[in-house]
Amino acid sequence: MSILVNRETKLLVQGITGREGSFHAARCKDYGTNLVAGVTPGKGGELFQDTIPIFNTVEEAVKETGANTSLIFVPPSFAADAIVESVDANVSVIACITEGVPVLDTMNVYKYIQEKKSVLIGPNCPGVISPGENCKIGIMPASIHIPGKVGVVSRSGTLTYEAVGQLTALGIGQSSCVGIGGDPIIGSSFVDILKMFDADKNTDGVVLIGEIGGTKEQEAAEFIKSSFSKPVAGLIVGQSAPPGKRMGHAGAIITGSSAKASEKIKSLELAGVEIISSTSNIGITVKNMLDL
Amino acid sequence: MNIHEYQSKALFKKYSIPVPEGYVVSKIEEVNDIVSKLGPNVVIKAQVHAGGRGKAGGVKVVSSLDEATQVSSKLINSNLVTYQTTPEGVPVKKVLIEKVFNIKTELYLGMLVDASSKSVVCIASEFGGVDIEEIARTNSDKILQKSIHPVLGMQPYQARQLAYGLKIPASLVRSFSSILMNLYNLFQDNDCSMIEINPLVITQEEDIIALDAKINFDEDALFRQKDIYSMRDALQEDPRETKARESNLSYVKLDGNVGCLVNGAGLAMATMDVISESGSRPANFLDVGGGADENKVSEAMQIICSDSEVEKIFVNLFGGILRCDVAARGIVMAAGKVKMPPVVVRMLGTNADAGRNILLKSGLKVKLVNNLAEATKELKLS
Repeated sequence: MSILVNRETKLLVQGITGREGSFHAARCKDYGTNLVAGVTPGKGGELFQDTIPIFNTVEEAVKETGANTSLIFVPPSFAADAIVESVDANVSVIACITEGVPVLDTMNVYKYIQEKKSVLIGPNCPGVISPGENCKIGIMPASIHIPGKVGVVSRSGTLTYEAVGQLTALGIGQSSCVGIGGDPIIGSSFVDILKMFDADKNTDGVVLIGEIGGTKEQEAAEFIKSSFSKPVAGLIVGQSAPPGKRMGHAGAIITGSSAKASEKIKSLELAGVEIISSTSNIGITVKNMLDL
Repeated sequence: MNIHEYQSKALFKKYSIPVPEGYVVSKIEEVNDIVSKLGPNVVIKAQVHAGGRGKAGGVKVVSSLDEATQVSSKLINSNLVTYQTTPEGVPVKKVLIEKVFNIKTELYLGMLVDASSKSVVCIASEFGGVDIEEIARTNSDKILQKSIHPVLGMQPYQARQLAYGLKIPASLVRSFSSILMNLYNLFQDNDCSMIEINPLVITQEEDIIALDAKINFDEDALFRQKDIYSMRDALQEDPRETKARESNLSYVKLDGNVGCLVNGAGLAMATMDVISESGSRPANFLDVGGGADENKVSEAMQIICSDSEVEKIFVNLFGGILRCDVAARGIVMAAGKVKMPPVVVRMLGTNADAGRNILLKSGLKVKLVNNLAEATKELKLS
């Protein structure tokens, strides 16, 4: 068991002929993900790595291959269109890796997707990996992951790898790791992912990694307090970031007091989350929390 | 991205949002002409991106041509230091000279992308003139909010509700509502992330006017906003930040003395925190990004080294797409071009061993550490 992606995943990659798209499509396939199709308008009929069919449209790819999951690598100006194309083709899980999507575009997509069955992860995210299922849809280095029972959810890419690296070094495996994305508006929130981890029998506890900006961590804290049944260890980064400056991620900017790291830590603490005092202590905090 | 007040007001004008009659000048000789047009009672406003202009002496009301000339000449080509700038301040190249008004009421009006409601939210208060955080502290019940549906857009009834909520005189409800509708169109058309009018004033003569104008734009949308992008004023930014942007690096100058070079924004923030935990302070935020090559890493190192405050550098890399050996070569390359302070390096992930070897053999003053706890010890400044 795992969340979002597993052995049933049939992956299509939008933008499979681009530099990033082709590189990561190959890595996903190598890891064991069932890559069934690529989509690049104008390249329909060609093959990726001599075996995977490329289609002009997502609709066609879904019809011909039964693809149920999409991974998006198109440039920012085409990202909203690519997501909606997958939604309209009834793709269940869509991960948009693209960084730099205009926020007003994501806003429209978000409203649209609420009426649909698709789950959107991202944009501006590393994707999802389920080590026990040999399935990854995303750009994370596969080798650092081992199968296990800890879920990881984070707004950041490399910081997720840092967390996973520390867990793996202590022999603590992961059920699924989800990078929800660094933009102010994203398809799935901490709460959405926590709900999935709560329902997943193979997840015993969760590492939640947040950062400055917005109130997503406070919303997560509210949910954990009221409805989450498993132990959570939480880390918030950006305690030394000044207000008013965007720290790389479009969403990582302190615009008011609630966006500060200290406020987020306070909320998580009140929700009973085990606070990870320093980035160097992620692994050990989880080990102690779960008595491993 | 920010633009100047006079540029924001030009955009307001284009969207029929009333602004004071005013002119922007960069030469003292032009002041005479403008005062004869506007009369002797004018306000002179330094055009800088930093907030806190008023308190720093960047906004002055004058009542004669002599005074206007004097104030303008003092401001133009000076550096203005506010609580938001570095101690050197930001250069004033232009001042905006505007007619003054007899103000009856000062209102606050703002619009911004709200991540929790996933929509643009309009914020208004009858207690304008001070910043919104201040209003939130002192009069939080006097902050009105309307969430705008991205497909429907601002609805006239929402604008009316805000007008009544702010106790706008009946004769002005219609013009206030049209300001809101126009403001929302401006927001959408130009990919804004925030607009603030503080204050929006009602004059003794019952006119409604945007006395100030502040607009931020979504950096990620600038590719389709060429006119907005052309208004970027690099003089208002730290030169290192400008250079970093041109090299496609994400860099923010901070006031500490330990520089850092990291891949990924989240890890970069975590690295800043680790530096703080060691008792030192980070000199910058820097994310080289996933696809960095030797040149980009070298460029990043040079930008960090160009900050004279930097006494030590912490390189913290989790190789994924970015290969550690490539990064190591970039560091060595930079050391050949600039003077480099001692470097603490932690490398993990793709080709980390190869990267460490390159650094060890380079002859550079490099301390390799295996984890963040070790790094914390090394980063203490003596």
